[in-house]
Amino acid sequence: MAFIEATDLVKTYNPKGAPVVRALDGLSLEVPRGTVLGLLGPNGAGKTTTAKVLTTLITPDSGSAAIDGIDVLREPDRIRRMIGASGQYAAVDENLTGFENLDMIGRLYHLGGRQSRARARELIDLFDLSEAGNRPVKGFSGGMRRRIDLAGALVINPPVLFLDEPTTGLDPRSRLGLWDIITSLVDGGTTVLLTTQYLEEADRLADDIVVIDEGKVIARGTADELKSQVGGQRVEISLVSGDDRDRAVEILDRVGTTSTDVTADGRTLSTTVADGPAALQQVLADVRALGIQLHDAGMQRPTLDDVFLTITGRTASHDDKEEAAA
Amino acid sequence: MTTTTRPTTATGAPQLEPAPNNTLATWFNDGWITTRRNLIKIKRVPDILVFTTLQPIMFVLLFSQVYAGSIDIPGSNYTEFIMAGIFAQTVVFGSTYSGSAMAQDLKEGIIDRFRTLPMSPSAVLIGRTNGDLFINALSFVVMIATGLLVGWRVRSSILEAVAGVALLLLFAYAFSWVMAFLGMSVRSPEVINNVSFLILFPLTFISNAFVPSENLPTPLRVFAEWNPVSALVLAARQLFGNVPEGYQPGDSWPLQNPVLTVLIGVVVLLVVFVPLSIRKFRTISSR
Ligand SMILES: Nc1ncnc2c1ncn2[C@@H]1O[C@H](COP(=O)(O)OP(=O)(O)OP(=O)(O)O)[C@@H](O)[C@H]1O
Ligand SMILES: [Mg+2]
Repeated sequence: MAFIEATDLVKTYNPKGAPVVRALDGLSLEVPRGTVLGLLGPNGAGKTTTAKVLTTLITPDSGSAAIDGIDVLREPDRIRRMIGASGQYAAVDENLTGFENLDMIGRLYHLGGRQSRARARELIDLFDLSEAGNRPVKGFSGGMRRRIDLAGALVINPPVLFLDEPTTGLDPRSRLGLWDIITSLVDGGTTVLLTTQYLEEADRLADDIVVIDEGKVIARGTADELKSQVGGQRVEISLVSGDDRDRAVEILDRVGTTSTDVTADGRTLSTTVADGPAALQQVLADVRALGIQLHDAGMQRPTLDDVFLTITGRTASHDDKEEAAA
Repeated sequence: MTTTTRPTTATGAPQLEPAPNNTLATWFNDGWITTRRNLIKIKRVPDILVFTTLQPIMFVLLFSQVYAGSIDIPGSNYTEFIMAGIFAQTVVFGSTYSGSAMAQDLKEGIIDRFRTLPMSPSAVLIGRTNGDLFINALSFVVMIATGLLVGWRVRSSILEAVAGVALLLLFAYAFSWVMAFLGMSVRSPEVINNVSFLILFPLTFISNAFVPSENLPTPLRVFAEWNPVSALVLAARQLFGNVPEGYQPGDSWPLQNPVLTVLIGVVVLLVVFVPLSIRKFRTISSR
């Protein structure tokens, strides 16, 4: 039995004057102990709803969920003692300082005053929050609040961590810092479920990825497995002169497993290949033999963006629901 | 987020074991921690402090200095008559903070944070209503001091006066639970603020708080006689010994038994809204 297990979760919302929303529509997932699951999906896919069910915030209409064999719906209090959670939007008390926020959380976990204070200080160092340590959070940047919120999820060093879009709104340096923290937590045995809009983030952190859309799982696997579903590697070259186009297509056709794609301006050509490095060497040798001049040449692995596009028919980074409806 | 110097305890260390969370001790702890959070807020948000201290001063001065000359209360002076009304109005408004604060916490996701912690489900509400109680106690000190300065006197015993203060604070405390429940249901701090003003202004002004209700036109008089605020004000007036000689409070049962009415009201509000609010709290989440 996996460490985190959710089975057939269904959650509907019935807002007044709007059609019923099936936020979760029979969603199941498993997270083995000590691994990171990346939950990926466009806006409104049900990522937050899933995280809320697993962190005892909402009750699903049907389905079940357990963490370490403990039923999330029947024993929410036991679950709360072993999880750390950070919601999609930073939830910190603006009138408290960073330190007071963390100390308060420690005391509400019943760690006792001394341990709560010590832990709050540790987290302030870990998340580089000294600036916000002794001043009310009000007036600090969104990224700072986000970091205090994330630190709040780590107060008891929980065995299970739920992070809903943890790096949204962080600057690149803070994002890398958080990735490092997550990586070392996982090295220490923590199990993490993280939702994200950033495919790079899932690629980098997640052992397994579950792609959801409209409350259902539409794909799952490791990043590599998902990428290979989309196809192998590609070789791409861009020409200095469009006049070389036909000759270049011939060269690519010889190594490619599919026909060569050419951009509208006729200067960038690419094709799918079985063995990337060998194909690229072959192409470069042929190009040189014919004296064709290149701006650029390279090998590409499909990104998770390609995966997303292929599976859902739309990109991950922005909401296309309206576009699709229009 | 420095990656080079990371304290080892932060990562890979064993979980810090939370204590069991169902004892009386943890219940007190949780209630105190959330109360303290609200007290810190009062300290750091100047508007709250200014409003809770200046507004009652203003009311006391306004009524005792501006209106006192033109409103004649037979058998008493207006300043003595008005104080119980100002006390009641101030504490009732003081208990509306719980409404907007719960809505605000819900909106900001702070309730979500609390709900993922192994804390007592009543703690946030207890802390919140305690915050209102503190604000009201503070207003009370200010009002009493200002009242004494402008000539208000307690004509009963100290004990009765203390009972009067306690009754007002108790009623306001019970009312805070109603507001907390409304705040969680309405979910918008702005709406809850506007609605409570819309409801509380008529409730406090169409009462015996500022003028004897016997002189009001009949429909308003009937409303005033059954208005719970009238019972509260009359109860306080009695306990402070500020009921004018020969004053006819009204024939309604609440006005014949004001202290009992307020006590019943407090019990009913608490019995209904404490469990209702806690139940609500256990299922709410942002958005
Ligand atoms: N309280 C609610 N009332 C009504 N509808 C809701 C509520 N919460 C979520 N929904 C709907 O459920 C669906 C799933 O929402 P959810 O927040 O889980 O999506 P998400 O994947 O987290 O999206 P995002 O990337 O925008 O955060 C959406 O269509 C959303 O509008
Ligand atoms: Mg979300």
